[in-house]
Order: sequence, then C-alpha cells, then structure tokens
Amino acid sequence: MATKKTRDRVLTILSLLFLLVFIGFAENHLDLYIVRILNVCAIYAILGMSMNLINGFTGLFSLGHAGFMAVGAYTTALLTIPPAVKEQIFYLVPLVEPLDRLNLPFPIALFVGGLLAALVGGLIAAPTLRLKGDYLAIATLGFAEIIRVVFTNTQNITNGALGLKGIPALTNLWWSFGTAAFTLVILLSLINSSYGRALKASREDEIAAESMGTHLAKHKTFAFVLGAFFAGIGGGLLGNLLGTIDPKMFSFTFTFNILLIIVLGGMGSLTGSIISAFIVTIANEYLRILDESINLGFIVIQGKVGMRAVVFSALLMFVVLFYRHGLMGSNEFSWDRFFASKLYRRTLGRFTPGQRKGGYA
Amino acid sequence: MAFDLFLQHLSNGISLGSLYALIAIGYTMVYGILRLINFAHGDIFMMATYFAFFGIVTFHIPWYITFPLVLVLTAALGIGVEATAYRPLREAPKISILISAIGASFFLENLTIVLFGGVPKPFPAPKLFTDVVQVGSVSIQKLTFYIPVVTVISLLGLVYLINKTKTGMAMRAVSMDQETARVMGININHTIAFTFGLGSFLAAVGGIMWGMKFPQIQPLMGVIPGLKCFIAAVIGGIGNIGGAVIGGFILGIGEIMLVAFLPNLTGYRDAFAFILLILILLYKPTGILGEKTAEKV
Repeated sequence: MATKKTRDRVLTILSLLFLLVFIGFAENHLDLYIVRILNVCAIYAILGMSMNLINGFTGLFSLGHAGFMAVGAYTTALLTIPPAVKEQIFYLVPLVEPLDRLNLPFPIALFVGGLLAALVGGLIAAPTLRLKGDYLAIATLGFAEIIRVVFTNTQNITNGALGLKGIPALTNLWWSFGTAAFTLVILLSLINSSYGRALKASREDEIAAESMGTHLAKHKTFAFVLGAFFAGIGGGLLGNLLGTIDPKMFSFTFTFNILLIIVLGGMGSLTGSIISAFIVTIANEYLRILDESINLGFIVIQGKVGMRAVVFSALLMFVVLFYRHGLMGSNEFSWDRFFASKLYRRTLGRFTPGQRKGGYA
Repeated sequence: MAFDLFLQHLSNGISLGSLYALIAIGYTMVYGILRLINFAHGDIFMMATYFAFFGIVTFHIPWYITFPLVLVLTAALGIGVEATAYRPLREAPKISILISAIGASFFLENLTIVLFGGVPKPFPAPKLFTDVVQVGSVSIQKLTFYIPVVTVISLLGLVYLINKTKTGMAMRAVSMDQETARVMGININHTIAFTFGLGSFLAAVGGIMWGMKFPQIQPLMGVIPGLKCFIAAVIGGIGNIGGAVIGGFILGIGEIMLVAFLPNLTGYRDAFAFILLILILLYKPTGILGEKTAEKV
C-alpha cells in the first residue's frame, strides 16, 4: 500500500506541476480566445462545484445560483471599476455615495463579493430551507428572479438594465484556476469531514439523520451559505473576465447551464463537476458551428440561432433519462480509478506509465 | 381614484386572474397526481399560441376551426411530454424527474426559437373578441368579459369530469394512493397521461385567450406566466383545483391593483408573485385550501 500511496502522491505532484507550467505557458503564449475559454472553464468549474455542494451533496434542489452569481459579479465589478469609468457608466443616475469613489484590489473585491453572496444566501436560507423538493426549487428560483428584478430597478447602484461596462479585465488564468483549486480543496476537505457526512446523511434521509443527532437546519444553512459564497466568487471572476454584465445575463438559463454541468458530471462528485465544466464549456464553443452556416462546398447548411441550446437541453434530458449517474456518479477522481478506467487502458495504458498528464486531483 | 377607473382595473384583474387560474389548474392536477412540478407547463401554454398562429395565419383556417384544433394538438403535446420526460423516470428519484422536466421545458423553448424564430409574432385575434365596448365612461374590450365566462364554463366541465365520470374517479384515486389504485385495476399510466392531456387542454384555452389579450407571441412568453401560475397553485393549496382558481384570481387582481395603485413599483411587478409565494410558504405552506399532511417514516 505504501508504494501505491507514494505513486499517487508523485502523480498528483507531477500533474499539478504540469498544470502550473501549462497555465504559465497558456497565459503568455496561447491565443486570447483559447485563454478566455480556459478561464470560463475554470469559472464554470467553481460554479459547478458550489452548486453541487448544495444540490448534489446536501440534496437541496436549489435553482437560485444565478442570483448568487449576480450578487458576486456586481459587487466585485463595482469595487474594481475605476472611479473615472464609473462616472461615464452611470450617466443616467449617479452612483450612490461611498461606492462611486471606492476602489479595492481584485482579491479583496472578490472576497467581498463572495461574502455578500453568502449573506444573501443566508437570508434566503432562513425562510426557504424549511421547504423541500420542488417547493424549495421554486422558492429559490423565485429569489433569484427577485434579485434580478431588484438589480434591474436599483439604477443608482447597478445602473439598471443597462448593466455595467468597462469592468477591468483582472481575471486571468492564475486567478481562475487558483480559485478553482482553492474551492476544490476547501470543499473536498469539507465533504470528507464529519460535517460533510452529516450533509450526505441529511440528503439520504432527513428523519434518520435527525434522529442520529444531526442538526439539520444548521448543516443545511451552512452548505447553502458556503455554496452561495463560492457562487459569488465565481460570478465576480466571470464579470471581470467578460468586462460587461447586465441583469439579463443572470437569468434562469445561467442556472440551467450549471445544472447541466453537475448532472453530467454526477450529482455528488466535485471532480465530476470539474471535468464536465470543461466538457460543457468547450463543447459550447465547438457547437457554435451549429448556430452558424456550414459550407460543405457543394451545399450550404443554414445554421439556426439557438440550435446549440436545443442540443444542450436534449443532452440534459438524455443524461437524466438514460445515464442518471453522470460521468462520475458520486465518486471522486482517484488515480486507482483512473488506471482502472477503460479510457486509460485504451489510450495511455499502452505506453509506459508515469508519462501521463491532466489530473484533477 | 374614480370609481369607474377602479372598475376597469378590477375587470382587467379578473380577466388576468381567470387566465392564471386556467393555467394553474394544469399545475395543480399534475402535482396532485405525481407530486411534481410540471416545469414544461408554461411552454405547453406557449406552444398553444403558436399552434393558433400557424393555423390562422399560415394555413388560413378560420378561427372557429383552428381553436378546437389547437386544444386537441396541445393536449397531445402534453401527453407527448409526459411520455418522453416523465414516464421513463417513474421510479427514479424526484430530483431526476425535476431535472428532466426542466430539460423538457428548455427543449421546447429552444426548439421554438429554432423553428419559428425568436422575433415576436402578432397573434391573429378574431375581431369578434377584440372589439371595444363602452360601459359608462369606461371602454373595455369584449374579451375582458369573454375570458371569465370561458373560464367558468371550462371549470364547470372540469368539475363534472373529475367528480362524475369514471376517468375522473380514477384520477382522484391515483392522486390519493397510486399503489392501491393500481391494485383496484386502474391503469396508472393512462390516468397520468390523461391528466397531462387535460391540464394541457386547459392551458391551451388559457393560451388562446392570453394571445388575444396580449397579442404578441414569442418563444419565451410561457416562462413568467408559467412560474406565476405555479405560484397561484401554491397559494391556493397545491393539488386542490378550487385552490388553484382562488390563487389565480388573488394573483391576477393583486398584480393589476399593485400597478394601478402604486405605479412607482411597476418595475417590481414580476417580483410581486414571488414575494407573495415566499410569504405564503412561510406562514401557511399548505396554501389556502390545502390540507396538512404529516410525513411518514
């Protein structure tokens, strides 16, 4: 066993080193478009993991993720946009007093965004976590909509429907991958702790868990607030990557995309969420051709705007109907599983071991 | 505020409430029988308006033939959605069915965008319904009167069907206890399919009238009414048809009055329903007419 442990440790360190070198290389040498996609992948991984904590591990079917992201994105953006730019953006209604001059460094702004999202999550948790199943789903969806409506109407803080422009592009690969790794470490150690077991217990059977002494309300609220915190941070990273945000962006469709990621990756698997975040984001870019016209030389197939979305919703239904456990089920990535997998044996397994890449652990 | 103006708002509220009620019934029936939100219900409602649009505008079928045709088609669509998104998951965890339902809803929306385009289309309302009549100093569309009448007729038909026919009895039995109903020789799948069909039929009635009242149709038009009508069903006590009607009227009238009396809150109109929902869930989670059920271990 000791050798296996050493092997795993070496492999993990090697793949982390590889990842570091890759990020360093990508940040400086790769095409901006690809860097942007990689950033989005990592941010979606954060969002997927945080939603998985709430939906997959704790079994709370919450559809309010877009709302938390909106809070994080707006907070981070408002704290990082330079005051001069703010004046230009808020030409209809000026920004309220302290915010118009406030300018914080990116990490602090991100953290504040996460905290505010967590605060909102806490406020929402108090009334809604008494509900179960579809009631909870609708109530959280409702809260996300309320957040969006409020953001559309509070012109002196959020600039209303016009949204925020000129957000400094502070998100780079170091930030997005770093935060994703940080999220993974925190959430992994959480779910392997007694707290995490309590969360899973309340997912499996609330009454049994409660009679074993699990404080349901406390644990559920904790998971909800922590999920909201990371969603807020993910939102902040996204806002400072895209440069513009508006309330419409954070509609239910956004939550739907994250839901697709966690269902595809496996409800209850953090590493599954990461893998599927990459798959979904990259597929999303590749499938862009569906929305455009395809020229086969002799015939031009007219692309249809929205075709991608059709494919994605069909994919979600397909996964749920025929492949309910997703890619990873409720298992986490481990080297043992990796070496035992068909994917490995058919591809890299033919070559000498120790030369592989791309670990997520 | 002048009294006749108030009357105008009230009649508006009543007709909006009638529409909400019709759609809310679909939610409440499906919930009653499957303990599940039919997320795709709002989109089925949207499809009904598109069916009507194509019947009248594209195929030039007169409205009195198109509308019944739309009702049948929409009911078939509802049954189809049930067969693809719900039936295969009958034994699956609830969360899977919810996700599948959300997938079905998105699929319908996006398919509509791809097939018919995202640009809003004008709904071809027959002139008979859109004429304006003068009542005192107030001018009201004839439709405003027709909508509650059609709603009441549909409701009477529904109540008759549920309480007096064999199918209705089967529906009630399945919603009470599926296993026992099965033992008694009721075909569960047929009954559930029929419930979906019936709910979609009523959604189509609502959809046609909605299209005439707000004569612009687009692929995402079902989302917000769908959510609101679910809320209406919860307010009234989900699973209870009378409750859905009451909830629909409370929501419809409340929304119109909010905009009429507090015009500076107009932007928050769509949030009103959600705030109401959360209040109801906090203070009376079973809704106005719902019964409290204890959880069995």
